[in-house]
Amino acid sequence: MPIGIRTQELRKIFNSAPPMGATGGFTIRADAKGSKKQPKPQITALDGISLEVNPGEIFCLLGPNGAGKSTTVGVLTTRVRATSGHAWIGEYEVWQNQVAVKMLIGVVPQRPNLDFSLTAREILVFHGAYFGLGSKERNQRADSLLEKFKLTDRGNQMTRGFSGGMMQRLSIARAMMHDPQVLFLDEPSAGLDPQTRILLWEIIREYNQAGKTILLTTHNMEEADALCHRLAIIDHGKVIALGTPSSLKASIPGGYLLRLRFGNQTPDLLQRLQSLTGVREVRSNDGVGADVYADRGGSLIPEIAAVAVSTGAELSDVNILEPSLENLFLHHTGRSLRD
Amino acid sequence: MNWKTFGAMLARDAHVARRNAVQLILQTFLQPLLFVFIFGRVMVGSGYMPAIYKSLLLPGIIAISMVFTGIWAVAMPLIAEFQWTREIEDRLLAPINMTWIAIEKVLAGAIQAAVAGLVVIPLAWLVLGRGVGIQMENPVLFIAIVLLVSAFSACGGLALGCSINQQHIGLMFGMVITPMIFFGCTYYPWNALAKFPILQKLVLINPLVYANEGFRLALTPAMPHMPLPMVYGALIGFSILFTWLGLRKFESRALD
Repeated sequence: MPIGIRTQELRKIFNSAPPMGATGGFTIRADAKGSKKQPKPQITALDGISLEVNPGEIFCLLGPNGAGKSTTVGVLTTRVRATSGHAWIGEYEVWQNQVAVKMLIGVVPQRPNLDFSLTAREILVFHGAYFGLGSKERNQRADSLLEKFKLTDRGNQMTRGFSGGMMQRLSIARAMMHDPQVLFLDEPSAGLDPQTRILLWEIIREYNQAGKTILLTTHNMEEADALCHRLAIIDHGKVIALGTPSSLKASIPGGYLLRLRFGNQTPDLLQRLQSLTGVREVRSNDGVGADVYADRGGSLIPEIAAVAVSTGAELSDVNILEPSLENLFLHHTGRSLRD
Repeated sequence: MNWKTFGAMLARDAHVARRNAVQLILQTFLQPLLFVFIFGRVMVGSGYMPAIYKSLLLPGIIAISMVFTGIWAVAMPLIAEFQWTREIEDRLLAPINMTWIAIEKVLAGAIQAAVAGLVVIPLAWLVLGRGVGIQMENPVLFIAIVLLVSAFSACGGLALGCSINQQHIGLMFGMVITPMIFFGCTYYPWNALAKFPILQKLVLINPLVYANEGFRLALTPAMPHMPLPMVYGALIGFSILFTWLGLRKFESRALD
């Protein structure tokens, strides 16, 4: 039976450098107690994350680098101890039942951590042995996974010389080796060529169709859009939006986003833009531009240009974005996912 | 406790040790055997050292080979796996309590240390040639010393491997390993320091001293050596201390 994932008010404050892949974008605050010693910088990686991933779902955590995606995965996979809050895999509280949880999950880390002392095939076979698979079963599974991930001809080679993409494929094969009920993939397609990415997506969908729950992190909207049943957008350790890709996209005012830049912005310009037909929301952008959320795109340009001329503002750049998760992120944070 | 997982991890370490056997053998035995050859064969043969030195040297060579095999076998992979390749994550995610992963590393290191001790005896014997006066009067004592030295060295490897940052490996050789070898009573008995009373007391913080004296007790009881309870007490005490320290450090390395 498929297994769900749940977190309740997860908080994680690092007193030292956060783990690999979870850097950048953190807020640093001084020690609140005000001791006489030089306060240690504290880094809030998770700031009250509550999520519920349904059994058998492909769920995605979308956010920029340092948003807290990897730390969330770390807590759910027993590798990071939360400062407060709880996490469950199925009925098991993660921190209290680590061994039972590890039995249920497979993990693909952001950075390959393959056993460099073993060949590709041995990595799979020993991984199977760690999970108590019998000799015949683990050998058969290793062979079929090598085949599936197109690594059969490299099976007896040491992995030290593998390319990044091959290491990534082997990491995913390893995570599937013990047929876990829940699969975590932290930035699975980073560094993969487009062809391999599509292969990976197919494999993830196929694995999900076998009744498995999948949680993946990405900062690639295309991936989240193509693969996930539901997703959570997180930033600065908080969930800022949650839903299906289509419902989230539909929640953006108007759907279209026109990013305008003006050489010379006048005070009444924003008000005039707001009054145009189809415009849902106008936000000033650093005093030199405006983000216009509207239910149409290109057809608004002549009217915008006319407003600019009549107010004496010089329109210097126009960028039209169609409804996307990128727009949603921009709408909530004022920043691009790629920033 | 998940014995299947524990056994599989042990099998993995045995597999890797077999694969790296030649490198391991050279790394472990070359230096002590060269030392044995120069001091035990050349210096004794040419008359600069008395013939009895051969018998004094052999227990020390066994001890030093075992101690550094045990420390190396545990510490070096841990330093690399925690800080560089992160490959230990594979085992941290295996369905077993984290403490048992550290214990498995210690057991694998201790087995390697014991094997190193048993291999170096005939090798050193061959290199030394005739005139080595070994009397193993009490095989049980010898086995006990082998087990204790294996255990303490592997526990020491755990503590060291989880404490040292990879950029300090060079410093570790200079500041820890080299003084440990020279003040470890490997090439002279502890009794020989009687004329340097302060030094004789200072070297007692060096666990290698007890390993050497333990093998002297077991193999050359006629030579001067420490009393048995002191050797047992210190080896057991260091094993407990290093295990406690190592497990704490292991956990802080393994968890974020």
